[in-house]
Amino acid sequence: MTAPLDVDALVAEASAALASAGTTDEVRQVTTAALGKRSPLVAAHRSLGGLDPDERRALGRRLDDARRTLEAIADDRRRALEAAELEAALLAERLDLGEELPDRARSPLSRGALHLVTTTRDALEDTFVGMGFEVVEGPEVETDWYNFGALNIPPAHPARGMWDTFYLAVGEPETVLLRAHTSPVQVRLMEAAVAAGMSPIHAVMPGRCYRRDTPDARHLPVFHQVEGLVVDEGITFADLAGTIETFTTAYFGPEIHSRLRPAFFPFTEPSAEFEITCTLCRGTGCRTCSGTGWIELGGCGMVDPAVFDAVGIDGERWTGFAFGFGIDRCAQMRHQIADMRSLVENDVRFLRQF
Amino acid sequence: MRVPLSWLREYAPFGDDVDALAQTLDDLGLVVEGAERIGEGLGDVVVAEVVEIGPIEGADRIRRVVVDDGTRPVEVVCGAWNFAVGDRVPLAPVGSVLPGGFAIGRRKLRGVVSDGMLCSSRELALGDDHQGILVLAPDDDGERPAPGTPLLAALGLEADVVFDVAVEANRPDALCMTGVARDLAARLGLQLALPEPPPLAAAAVATGDADGLVAVESPDLCPRFAARVLTGVAVGPSPRWLARRLELAGMRPINNVVDASNYVMLELGQPTHPYDRDRLAGGRLEVRRARPGERIVTLDGVERVLGQPGPGLGDTGEDCVICDGSGAPVALGGVMGGASSEIGPETRTVLLEAAYFAPLAVARTAKRLGLRTEASVRFERGCDPEGIDRAVARLCELLALTAGPDFSVEPGATDVRGDVPRPARLRVRTGRVNALLGTGFSDEDVAGALAPLGMDVEAVEDGVLEVTVPTFRPDIRPAPHGEADVAEEVARASGYSLLPRTRPAWPQPGRLTARQRDRRRLREVACGLGAFEAWTSAFATPEEHALGGVTLDAVEVANPLAADERLLRASLVPGLVGALRYNEERRSSGLRLFEVGSVFAVAPDGGSGGVPVRTTERFALALAGPGDDAWSALAAWRVVADVLRVADWSVRHGVPGRPAPSPLHPFRSGVLTCRAAGRDLVEVGVVGELHPQVTASLGLSDASGRSIRVGWLDLDLDVLLEPGSLSRRPEQAVPVSRFPSSDVDLAFVVDETVPAAAVASTLLDAGGAELESVTLFDVYRGPSVPEGTRSLAYRVRLCALDHTLTDAELAELRASMIAAVESGHGASLR
Repeated sequence: MTAPLDVDALVAEASAALASAGTTDEVRQVTTAALGKRSPLVAAHRSLGGLDPDERRALGRRLDDARRTLEAIADDRRRALEAAELEAALLAERLDLGEELPDRARSPLSRGALHLVTTTRDALEDTFVGMGFEVVEGPEVETDWYNFGALNIPPAHPARGMWDTFYLAVGEPETVLLRAHTSPVQVRLMEAAVAAGMSPIHAVMPGRCYRRDTPDARHLPVFHQVEGLVVDEGITFADLAGTIETFTTAYFGPEIHSRLRPAFFPFTEPSAEFEITCTLCRGTGCRTCSGTGWIELGGCGMVDPAVFDAVGIDGERWTGFAFGFGIDRCAQMRHQIADMRSLVENDVRFLRQF
Repeated sequence: MRVPLSWLREYAPFGDDVDALAQTLDDLGLVVEGAERIGEGLGDVVVAEVVEIGPIEGADRIRRVVVDDGTRPVEVVCGAWNFAVGDRVPLAPVGSVLPGGFAIGRRKLRGVVSDGMLCSSRELALGDDHQGILVLAPDDDGERPAPGTPLLAALGLEADVVFDVAVEANRPDALCMTGVARDLAARLGLQLALPEPPPLAAAAVATGDADGLVAVESPDLCPRFAARVLTGVAVGPSPRWLARRLELAGMRPINNVVDASNYVMLELGQPTHPYDRDRLAGGRLEVRRARPGERIVTLDGVERVLGQPGPGLGDTGEDCVICDGSGAPVALGGVMGGASSEIGPETRTVLLEAAYFAPLAVARTAKRLGLRTEASVRFERGCDPEGIDRAVARLCELLALTAGPDFSVEPGATDVRGDVPRPARLRVRTGRVNALLGTGFSDEDVAGALAPLGMDVEAVEDGVLEVTVPTFRPDIRPAPHGEADVAEEVARASGYSLLPRTRPAWPQPGRLTARQRDRRRLREVACGLGAFEAWTSAFATPEEHALGGVTLDAVEVANPLAADERLLRASLVPGLVGALRYNEERRSSGLRLFEVGSVFAVAPDGGSGGVPVRTTERFALALAGPGDDAWSALAAWRVVADVLRVADWSVRHGVPGRPAPSPLHPFRSGVLTCRAAGRDLVEVGVVGELHPQVTASLGLSDASGRSIRVGWLDLDLDVLLEPGSLSRRPEQAVPVSRFPSSDVDLAFVVDETVPAAAVASTLLDAGGAELESVTLFDVYRGPSVPEGTRSLAYRVRLCALDHTLTDAELAELRASMIAAVESGHGASLR
């Protein structure tokens, strides 16, 4: 029979060795020596069978504790050393970014590309700027008031079902949300105009919007809209129709025209959908336009008096119109993109085409 | 909603030009999403009697059949075997064209001439059956149709068109045939004839629970409840024409009682509900709020828990239930009936409910229970509380056709009326209508547009009309907002396409803001650096959030589309890294990508305007091209800074003890700071390389298999692009000297702890007005300089505006620059 094993001494010795280990390799060596197949600990474990039950249980427990203790110490030490080794490796390749020499960076001779949505948005903005509109932006995280309440859509109103909205888990439930359309910017703009003593508004508002739509060939849960708002004296529905027509021919080309048909939106009255000549068949009728020669682009109408009330504009003196449509949809139509999801895949073979 | 043209014609003499009708409906805002032509191409198909069937020599699958088409025997070849001599079958004669454009010609098969074709249901587009020829059944009197009868007549079918009409959410009145007909007739100038059923005897109208039939406990949820008892009902099939109409409209015929209820809903827009009175405890009804946790099994067999507040704003969980005399729920008011009192073959006595339920309450119940029904859709948009009497009378009229000789309507009626919407009366100024529309309508024009829509118009004074809006048009609001609604009606009546178009003009110029212009330039610059613009997800998983290294809390989405993508992105890192990986997996390597977009975090200061979220617009550029590294990112920043005229910037390098923030390489990256307009230093972003562990996770490697470096530039555009936030290079031109310049090369041995930029900056200051530029052109580390130092060699270009610098002046400048660097940085000239 071998001499009884001094477990405490063994633990103390191995801990000291681990503490002084300078590399992860050394840690591995110490661990193998103390806990490996040929270690005294394992040997002691093997000889447990020869002891009486009480003794066996007591020693067995001490051996297990010792193993656990040493393993934990080894792990800590290994992690610390790994971090230090990584730090040393990273430090070894340290740069002083002030040591910039004229030829440090490779100079590219190829051009990248703007995203199709960006070029589409820019072109739309430019068209509207040419027509006398300012370009205004607003926040993507909105309150229930700006996205719905001020737009004549009270809480729990069925009309809210028209927008499947992402709500954020902050504040009271369903009070903070990702805007489902760019219309909240209208409200902010009108509030600002009122606060400034009421000045006329002629603005377009492009931006990113969010709806809980499962992505498919024609829908993305994150998408881009552009919205227009004109509030001035003497603005009429005829002005709206004329503005839409001017925009349509300016952006899509002289042979593309627009028409309005009645629709419902809580924040405009009278309201309309606007359609444009099918850009594919140029109005002769094809599958894309279901043979009608027209495709739907967006919604529009005269600012509803309830919206004017909500922001404090005197609707007797001021009248206004608003319109809105999808930027991504425009891009999809103009470039005949079969599947909208191509826009968010970021495959460079797609991106470099535009 | 499916609208058969034949059904519409019941109420006004609409013409045959289907395309014109569809266009008119479109122009009324009743958008036709499709038109299905029923029985098209069957005009030439006749009933024929089979007179002889014989084999064809050498053929075992087809037979020679002689049929009588009413005028003569016709010989055809047929491959079906499901008929016998004497049967009546459809014959498509030579020259006819079947649905789908299939032209029938004379053919010769195995020497037998076929003078037409006997047709299956599918060939006639009347059904899916293609097992055999359609054999016509005898009619109810056992008579079989005479040979030569047009097939459609024999089947009791008309050639028809079914429009699929999309009705806007604010037009409950148009969710029925008479409603569509009303709009269409008004536009076309046709007289509308509504069904006028014989009025029911109403000997005594009870308005409460006096007769014990109905008690309404919650008149706010159910403002009107009318009930009738129908006795001696024989439940059976509906008349064929009625069942056919239901089918055309997309509903399945069930039995005469349920069909009559559905028919009336489709015709007049008023949902009704028939109960088997014998299966109602106490034979009576009670209308009340559901108690929290109360349960009902609806007609669809699903058990539903009621009275539970929903997640939506203002949804307090109120459901209106209809209970029997024992208080047990038997229907979900305005949404769906219960299974327990369903009409069945044994039903003899019907308790008929025709009610007006509060729209908002129905909407909430339907949404919360996910239970949208034909009834709920109509009630939540607002039914006509005054349409109930006509609907009940019409239903009784229709049911009397088939309900048997004992059928009768009990004279007593219960009608519990609370606060139902009343006809709105509003003043409409013709001038205001014209001001909104840009038109020149007269008072008469306006009145003429409104009257056919059921509005009562009275001229009060010149230019002012008093309009009474019928209760079936809840979309037209009272004054003052209703004036705009009336303007829309006037516009619809005349046709949007016929309204004038004008082009408004205003003195204010259109423009982009400085920030918008600068953002465009930034994008162009990135593009010019060879980068492609990406658009990556605004949502992130917790792992992706951790990758971004943002220390602020992520904003959680309460109802994410995908459970793991439940956070809003706090950084552009995960998206661009993901895009690099996506392309790498498709063998597009060595890319440069950039993105401009919002990132979100829980606002540490609580936020503002009720939004505890901080949104920042950022620009990020990932440089993973061959040879790209931190230097590329720094060069990119230099270009950006130049374009945006950022005057005064520096990089705070990551050093031991103060590494660059994650997920960047701690010692090959740094924080970019700029001088704010108020002279403070502000952080505008980071520049350097992605941490090698991030790059390794991308699986990006170079040709030799080594993990590559990814240069990274990440900028806060709310700081960088905000006008006035940073000190910028002045716009004034700096004069350029006409005199030759001189270069002075200075190499210093400098301790590693001294940033090279600090040395350059000292040179810049010491060189004064005569200094034109400082360029570092060589860095040396090695045996010729002490350990822990390196040699930095600068070329300083000196020049004066008004003369050529003399050797003495150059020597003096040189000496002072050397002195400044030696004393300022403990460096020594090499």
